[in-house]
Amino acid sequence: MADGTSVPVGVIGAPRRVARKTSSLKRFTQQRSTIAFMLALPLILLVACFVIYPALYAIYLSMLNKKMTAFVGLGNFAFLLKRHTFQLVIFQSCLFAVTAVVMKAFLGFVLAHLMHNIPGKNQKIWRGLLLVPWVIPLALSTLTWWWMFDPSYSAFNWVLNQFGFANVPWLGVGWIARFCTITVNVWYGTPFFMIMYLAALKSVPEQLYEAASIDGANAVQKLFFVTLPMMRNIIAITVLFSLIVTFADFDIVRILTAGGPQDMTHVFATYAFQVGIQSGDIPLGAADSLFMFPILAFAAFFVLRGVTRRTKEIAT
Amino acid sequence: MTTPTLKTSRRRALKLGAAAVALPLVHIRTGRAAGKVSIAFWDHWVPSGNAVMQKQVEAWAAKNQVEVQADFITSVGSKNILTIAAEAQARTGHDVQAFPSWEVHNHSDMIEPIDDVMKTLTGQYGGVNQVCEYLAKIKGHWMGVPTSSGTQYKGPCGRISVLKDKAGLDVVAMYPAAPGHTAASDAWTWDALLKAAEACAAANMTFGMGLGQTSDSVDCIGSLFAAYGAELVDKDGNVTVKSDNVRKVLEYGQKLVKVLPADAVSYDDASNNRALISGQSALIWNPPSAWAVAKRDNPKVAEDCWSFPGCAGPAGRFTPYLPYFWGVWSFSQNKTAAKELITFLMQRNNVEARCTEVVGYDVPPFDSMLDFKVWEDVEPPKGTVYNYPIRPFHNAKPHIAALPAPPDIAVQIYNRGTMPTMLAKLKSGSSIDEVIAWASDELEGFTR
Repeated sequence: MADGTSVPVGVIGAPRRVARKTSSLKRFTQQRSTIAFMLALPLILLVACFVIYPALYAIYLSMLNKKMTAFVGLGNFAFLLKRHTFQLVIFQSCLFAVTAVVMKAFLGFVLAHLMHNIPGKNQKIWRGLLLVPWVIPLALSTLTWWWMFDPSYSAFNWVLNQFGFANVPWLGVGWIARFCTITVNVWYGTPFFMIMYLAALKSVPEQLYEAASIDGANAVQKLFFVTLPMMRNIIAITVLFSLIVTFADFDIVRILTAGGPQDMTHVFATYAFQVGIQSGDIPLGAADSLFMFPILAFAAFFVLRGVTRRTKEIAT
Repeated sequence: MTTPTLKTSRRRALKLGAAAVALPLVHIRTGRAAGKVSIAFWDHWVPSGNAVMQKQVEAWAAKNQVEVQADFITSVGSKNILTIAAEAQARTGHDVQAFPSWEVHNHSDMIEPIDDVMKTLTGQYGGVNQVCEYLAKIKGHWMGVPTSSGTQYKGPCGRISVLKDKAGLDVVAMYPAAPGHTAASDAWTWDALLKAAEACAAANMTFGMGLGQTSDSVDCIGSLFAAYGAELVDKDGNVTVKSDNVRKVLEYGQKLVKVLPADAVSYDDASNNRALISGQSALIWNPPSAWAVAKRDNPKVAEDCWSFPGCAGPAGRFTPYLPYFWGVWSFSQNKTAAKELITFLMQRNNVEARCTEVVGYDVPPFDSMLDFKVWEDVEPPKGTVYNYPIRPFHNAKPHIAALPAPPDIAVQIYNRGTMPTMLAKLKSGSSIDEVIAWASDELEGFTR
C-alpha cells in the first residue's frame, strides 16, 4: 500500500549504488591516465583529422582507377614502377634528398663549431645572420634564386661575363639544374642543422674536454671521442627530420625548374602534382606521392632504433 | 475622452510572433527572388578585365534578384586547377567554374550537361570551332560553354623592323590590318620561319620559341607537329609516333633547334615574353599580353610588334588555340540561375565589352563575333592585333597540341610536354631514332 510509510523493495539499496557509481566515475575521472588522455584529446583529434584521415584517404585514392570508379589494388604502383620516367623520379628524389641532407649535415656541423668558438655577444649576431635563410619563406627565397639562375638574365651569368666567361645554362642542362636545386635546398636547410648542433655542442659538459686534455687528446681525438659520441642522438634525429622534409620538398623544384629540363629534376612531390592535378590522374598522383612512405618509414625505423639503444646505454 | 488601452493577450502575442518570423522571409523573397549563385572566374591578367566582369555580373544579379558571389581565381601556380580538383573531391564549392582547356574532360562525370545553353547560343551566334567541340562535347553532350574569358590564340608576334631588316620578311604586307587574303601570306610556311630564324639568329636576335614543358612551348611546337600531320596518338588511341610524318617533323626540328636560344629547353611561359620585351628576340608565339607589357615597359619594342597566324606545313596551317569553358557542377544548388547567368555573359554586347576592356586578349568562341572593332583600333602600331584572332582569309585552323588523340591521353601528352621535349632531346644531341623510342615508351604509359 502506497501510504507513504511503506518502502518499495530495492529502494533502500539504490542510493548506495548511485553513490558507488558516482564515486567510481569520480575515481575514473581523477585518474592521472584519464586526465592525461583528456588533455591530449584535442591534439589526438587534430592528428586524426589532419594526418591520419588524409593519409588513409591517399592510400584509398592510390588504389582506384583513373576515373576513380573501380578498385585496382596495387595496380597504380606496379604501373609506375614500370615507367622509365618514374624510375628517373625515384633516382632524382633519392639523389636530391641524400645529397642535400649530407651537405646540410656537414655544413651545419662545421658552422656550429665555428659559431661555438665565437665568444660572447658576437655569437648572437652571427647566429641571427646565419638563421636568415631558414626564416625567409621558402617560396620567396627560391624565387630570388630563380632570378639569379634565370635562363636569359641570370645574375650569375652577368658576373661570369664580367670576367670574360661564357653563360652557363643553369636550369637548362639536366645535371646543372640538379646541382642548382640541391644547392638551394642546402642553402635553406643548413641553418636548421647549425642551430640543432650548436644546442647539442653547448650541452656537452666542459669537464669531458678537460679530462680528455689531461689524457693528452688532441683536437681531432676530442672531436671523435668526445663531441661526436655526445652528439650522436641529436645528429640522428636531425638527419631523420631533414630527410623527411627534403624528400617531400615541392617548392624548390616547382619554382626553379618545374621538373625540367626533360624531367631531369622531378622529385616525388612535383611529379605527383603534374600527374595527379595537372593531368587529372589523381589516383596515380596519390600512388606516386606514397612511394616516399616506405623509404622514410625504413629510415625512421633504423634511426629511431639507434637513438633508443644509445639512450638505454647511457641510462645503464 | 478615454484613451484606448492595448491589452496584451496570448492570441495577440502569437500573431506578433508569427509576423516577426514571416517578415524576413518576405524580405528575402523580394530581395533575392531566385536564391544564390556562386561563380569562379579566371583571374584576368589585365586587372580591368575582372572589373568589367564583376560589373556585368552585378547587373544580371540586380535584374534577376539573384545573389551572386563572383570569385576570381588565378591560374598562377595552377591555383585554379587545384581549386577545381578540390571542389570535385569535396563535391561542394562554386556553382559555376571556369574550366581551363582539359579540365572539362577531367571532371566530365561531375559536370551538368549544358546542351540547352549551347543550343540558345549557337542559335544566336552560329557554331564554335572544332577545338571547343573536341574539348567540351562529350558523348554528344556539351559539358561546358566555350567562353571568351581567358581564351586565347598563341600565334606569332614578331618585330616588324627586325624581321624586315634581318630576314627580308615584311609581316605587315603579309598580314595587313585589313580584310583580304594576300599572296605573300601563302609563303608563310615553317620553311620560311626556319630561314627567317636562321637569319635573325645570325644577327643575335633569336626566335623565342621554347622547348620547355609549359603551355607556350607545347602550343607552339604542337602546331608545328600538326602542320606536318605528325600525330603521336591517333583519334582511336593508337600510338602512331613511329610514322613518316613524325620522322619528317623531327628532321625539320633538327634544323630548327640549332637556331633557337641556348636556354630554349628551360623556357617557361614568361621566358618568351621577357625575350621579346627586352628587345632580344625577333619573334615569339604568344597572345598580345607580351605586347601589352612591352607597351608599358619598353614602348619602342611595342611599337614594332605585329601579331599574325601560325605557319603552314604539308598538312595545313594551324594556330595554337587555348579555350576556357564555363561549366556547372552537378552538385550545384541553383543550376537554372547558373545557366541563365552564363547565357547572359555570353551575349555579344557583354563579350565585346569585356574584349574591348582587355585590348582584344579574350577571343570569343563564335566566328560571328570575330568582327569586334577592338582588334582594328588597338595600337601602337595601329592594327597590331588585327590578325591575332583567326580570320576566314587566313586559311588557318585553331589547334590544341595532341589533337586528335582521345582527350584523356591528349591531356597527358600536353601537360607532360611530350612534343617540345622531343625537340629538346634533339637539341641535346639525341638522334631521331632515340627520340622516337623515348616518345613511344612515354606514350604507351599514357594510354593505360
